[in-house]
Amino acid sequence: MAEVALLDVSKSYGAVEAVRNLSLSIANGEFVVLLGPTGAGKTTTLRLIAGLERPDRGNVLIQGRVVTEEVPAERDVAFVFQQYSLYPHLTVYDNLAFPLRSPARRMNEQLVRRRIQQVAELLHIEQKLGNRATALSGGEMQRVAIGRALVREPAVYLMDEPLSSLDAKLRAELRLELKRIQRELGTTILYVTHDQIEAMTMADRIGVMKEGLLVQLGTPREIYERPDNAYVASRLGTPAINLIPAELLARDAMPPNVRTVGLRTEHIRIAAVDRPGPIAQVRWVEHLGDQNHVHLKLASHSLVTLADPAQELKAGDQVSLEFDDPLYFDQAGNRVAAGELRRHA
Amino acid sequence: MAEIRLEGVAKSFGTFAAVKGVDFTVDHGVFFVILGPSGCGKTTTLRMTAGLELPTAGRILLDGEDVTGLPASARDIAFVFQLFALYPHMNVRQNIGFPLKCQNYKRAEIRRSVEETAKLLRIDHLLDRRVGGLSGGDRQRVALGRAIVRRPKAFLMDEPLGALDSEFRRLMCAELRELHDRIDATTVYITHDQLEAMAMADRIAIMNQGRVEQIGTPQEIYDRPRTMFVADFIGAPSMSFLGARASLQRGDRSIEIDGVPVEMPEIFEDRAEGKFALGVRPENVSFADASRLRGRVIGAEYLGTTQIVTVTTGSGQIKARLPSGKAVHVGETVGLALRPDRLSLFDAVSGQALPSALYAGGQHG
Repeated sequence: MAEVALLDVSKSYGAVEAVRNLSLSIANGEFVVLLGPTGAGKTTTLRLIAGLERPDRGNVLIQGRVVTEEVPAERDVAFVFQQYSLYPHLTVYDNLAFPLRSPARRMNEQLVRRRIQQVAELLHIEQKLGNRATALSGGEMQRVAIGRALVREPAVYLMDEPLSSLDAKLRAELRLELKRIQRELGTTILYVTHDQIEAMTMADRIGVMKEGLLVQLGTPREIYERPDNAYVASRLGTPAINLIPAELLARDAMPPNVRTVGLRTEHIRIAAVDRPGPIAQVRWVEHLGDQNHVHLKLASHSLVTLADPAQELKAGDQVSLEFDDPLYFDQAGNRVAAGELRRHA
Repeated sequence: MAEIRLEGVAKSFGTFAAVKGVDFTVDHGVFFVILGPSGCGKTTTLRMTAGLELPTAGRILLDGEDVTGLPASARDIAFVFQLFALYPHMNVRQNIGFPLKCQNYKRAEIRRSVEETAKLLRIDHLLDRRVGGLSGGDRQRVALGRAIVRRPKAFLMDEPLGALDSEFRRLMCAELRELHDRIDATTVYITHDQLEAMAMADRIAIMNQGRVEQIGTPQEIYDRPRTMFVADFIGAPSMSFLGARASLQRGDRSIEIDGVPVEMPEIFEDRAEGKFALGVRPENVSFADASRLRGRVIGAEYLGTTQIVTVTTGSGQIKARLPSGKAVHVGETVGLALRPDRLSLFDAVSGQALPSALYAGGQHG
């Protein structure tokens, strides 16, 4: 049974349609990540499920029960916000205990203690339990905020960019932890982020949103390898996919109605200039540590691709480009499958 | 001209030593990034540079002039905070123009500067809006605008992009860097985001527990980390460490890991028997059937272009960045090849890198 379902839900703020005809069903134990830029409607979706917003149309179901009319407290959800909101006058321990001590739950103190101990260890804050919330660093505060949701065992956790204020190392650590916890406990999580690495590594399914619409829903591999359109393709991949007009490339290798070719770094091979293939110029090589980006100029278009460490490239070099199974898009930006064509070739 | 110099700067809050003797010089025109985990002392260091905190020891010099005791207002520098503080009762135009108004600039001049600044930050269409109704990103741009409009000698920025979404952040990174070059500023910038640091910085200082661990160009910091902390903090995923017990001699070019000699850059120091850690970045690890260094695959994270494969060996876990097209099966045993010229060897107890050909190359380059 679906743990959470949205049935044709819409929500507007004045003239702005924040969420449009959204249908989404999250299975028990599933980790779904909503990915999209600011203003895509991700946070509004979470707030609609939590009951912090009422939909204009449509229904919200939690464990098969229509909860559209229920207030947040009646819904069995836990929300983790982007900006930590802790009780500054309480210790870390009491902050974590707060949701468990609420009159609605009244868990006995021994159980509370055990639960907090578990969660504190998970989040590496067991040394800080006696500290005041205000005596913590930003990263620690956010871990306490996540911990406050984790001490409960709701039907679904709703998380709104909970890791975005942490440093990269801690973020990577917590990402793996969160995924592990979710797998072990079989919890259901709907997670909002604009970080594609978080989406790729944690999600069972990713929902890509744009301007209030759910554009595509699928496994990370589906979203990355078979994006429905150029918008979805551009959401994933570092460096981002290069979208190049088809007429700049050899058309004979393409399906007929292709207008744009999507070139990810793995689709591009940089070859010696005497090879057949369009000629590009190296503009510069950007060193980002693990990734060195080559910026190329092809006619009037810029391309960015990963540098092969074994290939010595410098600004001004002329190179020839070869392509491997790129993505093709039609005039409307929808992907055109190239499978048929390859089989014939 | 603005050159910022910190000499032995320290700061304690009660018994807590937030900054324990920091030395660095930011030359004129340099974009200098201080990077470190939360609580490492980077914000305190910046606040002392700005004059918002008084150091408990050491000196701060601006263009050679000792400003250690001067208040923030007497230093010609602008501070951009992590949490944007805007005047809620003023509109965008008034917010950006405020610093100029305080300095009694002429009205026409304020107007021109504000509009120029707003255009630069792509918020010129918002000039007459109240700040209350703006998105987080636009509020941050207004806050930036207020700092930029004065055209100070130096900018100090405390995670100014922390609240923005990643796309806008990348755009602002590029904009900020371009702005820095155009107005010939000196910038000290704090972040915990290594990609931001790598993309923007001329030089990076990595801080840890109140101390500077290493200062260098982004490439130096990444390729030739001086300590295990730096190696571990930079890189996503970070460097893997394989443990070894060995004694070393000058000129050694390999070390035994799991009983298998692994080639590495020439070591320049004799070391008695001790514990070492061989550091390797994920992109310098590949699978090689013939290799005697073997491990078992325990996980693979799909990232699109590449995948991160975690392999456990007798000497520790190692992460490899491989093309995602390569079939990898959890549980299988694989041979590992490490790119010899890119390995760092650390003293596992002190965490310091041993001098080797890798590091010598860095000094010449």
